[in-house]
Amino acid sequence: MNFELSEEQQILVDSVQRFVQSDSTVERFRKLRGTDQAWDPEIWARMGEMGWLSVPFPEEQGGFGGSFVDLALILEQLGRGLVPEPIIPSVVLAGGLLSRLGNAEQCERFLLPVIEGRSSLALAYAEQQSRYDLADCLTRAEPDGNDYRLSGRKTWVLNGHAADHILVVARSAGDQLDRAGLSLFILDCDAPGLSITRVSGMDGQRTALLDLQDVQVSADRVLGPIGEAHADLEWAIDRAAAAACAEGQGAIQELFERCVSYLKQREQFGVPIGSFQALQHRAADMFAEVELCRSCMILAAIQADAEDPEERAAEISAAKFQLSEGGWFVQKNAIQLLGGIGITDEQDEGLFFKRLRVLQGLFGDADAHTERYQELARFDAEARQGA
Amino acid sequence: MDMSFTTEQLAFRDEVREWVAGAMPPEMKRKADAGAVFATDESLAWHKILFEKGWVAPHWPVEVGGPGWDSAQRFLFQEELVRANTPELSPFGLTMVGPLLIQYGTEEQKQRFLPPILSGEEIWCQGYSEPNAGSDLAALQLRADPDGEDYVLNGQKTWTTYAQYADWIFVLCRTSSEGKRQEGISFLLADLKNTPGITVKPFLTTGGTYAFSETWFKDARVPQANRVGPENGGWSMAKALLGHERTAIGGVSESGRWLQMLKRIARETPVGAGTLLDDPAFRRRIARLEMRHRAVSMANLRTLAAAELGHAPGAESSILKLVGTEIFQEITELTMDALGHNSMGWLDSDETALPERERYVASQFNYLRATTIYGGSNEVQRNVISKQILGLPSGAPARKQS
Repeated sequence: MNFELSEEQQILVDSVQRFVQSDSTVERFRKLRGTDQAWDPEIWARMGEMGWLSVPFPEEQGGFGGSFVDLALILEQLGRGLVPEPIIPSVVLAGGLLSRLGNAEQCERFLLPVIEGRSSLALAYAEQQSRYDLADCLTRAEPDGNDYRLSGRKTWVLNGHAADHILVVARSAGDQLDRAGLSLFILDCDAPGLSITRVSGMDGQRTALLDLQDVQVSADRVLGPIGEAHADLEWAIDRAAAAACAEGQGAIQELFERCVSYLKQREQFGVPIGSFQALQHRAADMFAEVELCRSCMILAAIQADAEDPEERAAEISAAKFQLSEGGWFVQKNAIQLLGGIGITDEQDEGLFFKRLRVLQGLFGDADAHTERYQELARFDAEARQGA
Repeated sequence: MDMSFTTEQLAFRDEVREWVAGAMPPEMKRKADAGAVFATDESLAWHKILFEKGWVAPHWPVEVGGPGWDSAQRFLFQEELVRANTPELSPFGLTMVGPLLIQYGTEEQKQRFLPPILSGEEIWCQGYSEPNAGSDLAALQLRADPDGEDYVLNGQKTWTTYAQYADWIFVLCRTSSEGKRQEGISFLLADLKNTPGITVKPFLTTGGTYAFSETWFKDARVPQANRVGPENGGWSMAKALLGHERTAIGGVSESGRWLQMLKRIARETPVGAGTLLDDPAFRRRIARLEMRHRAVSMANLRTLAAAELGHAPGAESSILKLVGTEIFQEITELTMDALGHNSMGWLDSDETALPERERYVASQFNYLRATTIYGGSNEVQRNVISKQILGLPSGAPARKQS
């Protein structure tokens, strides 16, 4: 049991921190938001050169062979600068699934360019009616000789507007809510029959809506065993939830620190407002939530590599729940303590508020994770032991 | 970062588990399995069993009787005690004055006081609060005037937990009224049973038990040799002790034990054709608390692991008292909800009318309101966090009404 950073991890954290402070302040994000791509391919290439995109992948696939904790440490620092490059969709979601399920040829072709910062990816799983149920899928994959034809509609595809390739979850068998019968397909972004509509996010990032009409996919573009994608999808979304907690930790820490320094500077009634006990106690409660978020985030990052799905799910749900409820307490109060300037677009704090709210709604909100947590077998098992 | 346990550590856990299962006498075991709350004499009996095994003070150095465990072993040991629902030990000797003596005591004091703390022959209580010195502890007025080899004590302490069972009390006394209030306080050890002029009067709490006492001192003589640290130097030691207490009284293990009990009650409570644990709304209420509890447990673990590396308690430790006690109370509140009508029962109900475990829930539910008050109220904790950790400025001094 040891929660200290190793020497290598400390070096990594320091280098990401330097990058954010010198090359990717919130100012850079401000310039990018609202543009078509909303992130910068040159910075993406640099991230590839620095090795950040290779962290969670094994060496035989061209990766660094690091842990999920290493990746979480990177994301946490990037969260402090609202860095918009698509690590979660490319590396955690689509990259993770390619690395886990892909054959050598698929990894070489689709994963390696991401590791090197030359291309980006997306995972299309959500649908309008699916909410947070990963099994709920109407998009169909009909066999057509050796190929498949995909038809349906996917929503909120992170980085779907800019990705070179998109992994699409489609139903090759079964009914709308069945866990069995889900398959993963690798599509080119310019595949005939695929139309991509750019969607603006509240946080200034872009996502996409995909319309698929008889999109032809060849058998060598099927990722993993046909019809058995559900458990792997759960694995990927769990890790994305842990990644959201890590990025969110950076954002919430930054927002909280800015709020505290404002409490020290801003004067009313002739004194700094941070000398008022009503605000001090609010700040103390916010601090407690920030620290609980951190504790959960560390645990979730450690368990993101766990082989036991129950263990992984329990910690990640607890962390996402805490980010969604405890984190929300921090961000809403940060805006309240900042007063009127907290709701001006010119002030950066509102940007953190928005990004956090997006992260809270992604990969399961507080209710979805409460629901999932109480479904775990261990929840009932514990009721049968002890006093 | 690594959260996993080694094969040796897991073997240690199994060894502890096996020993604990066999070490409790049958009646204690029966009560532990029923989830009852233990009386003081049962707690003391368990103390002595642990002492004989050499496991009563996991956090003490080997030289003074600790088992020489690392933080992972201490953690696993504590988890096993919680799992088996063993009686809680009185913290005042083992986790409060004991470690303070180990750090600041003279050689004579260590030799005199540590062995009987370890063996359970001498029980301690804490004399900090006074009727007019609660959250504002530095306002304490219990006088200790030097007279020959002794101090003569006059005044009153209150909230002296279980003083009626204690042999010794550690007291904060005023030895000077010059200068800053904090700089006139000394830390003394008083023989509660054999010092003329000390009177202990237990009072009933809303939990229906005599958990606290008022303790009076009238010309009570305490040898100066029983002062720990320098004269007028008691405040910083007392604060260090409060720091220990702050992490210990978050009660993370104890609230984990309650959470288990809550789930067991829910599973054993019929509702319609199923049980309360099958009720979706109730399950979610438990799940929400359990996830919160995991967060606090992890903060606690981080504190333990950092302490093991010799690091000063970090930011994560300062929140443990605050959030640990609040989650604990929420768990007791939900347990009351789980009991439905049975939550109305009281300690002296007939066994046939109300099961043993359930008789204690309402009592504890009431008594445990104290957790957010004692050890520095949670409002004081917020003051500490906002000033010492966040560095927020002090407020303007309160103006006197003119």
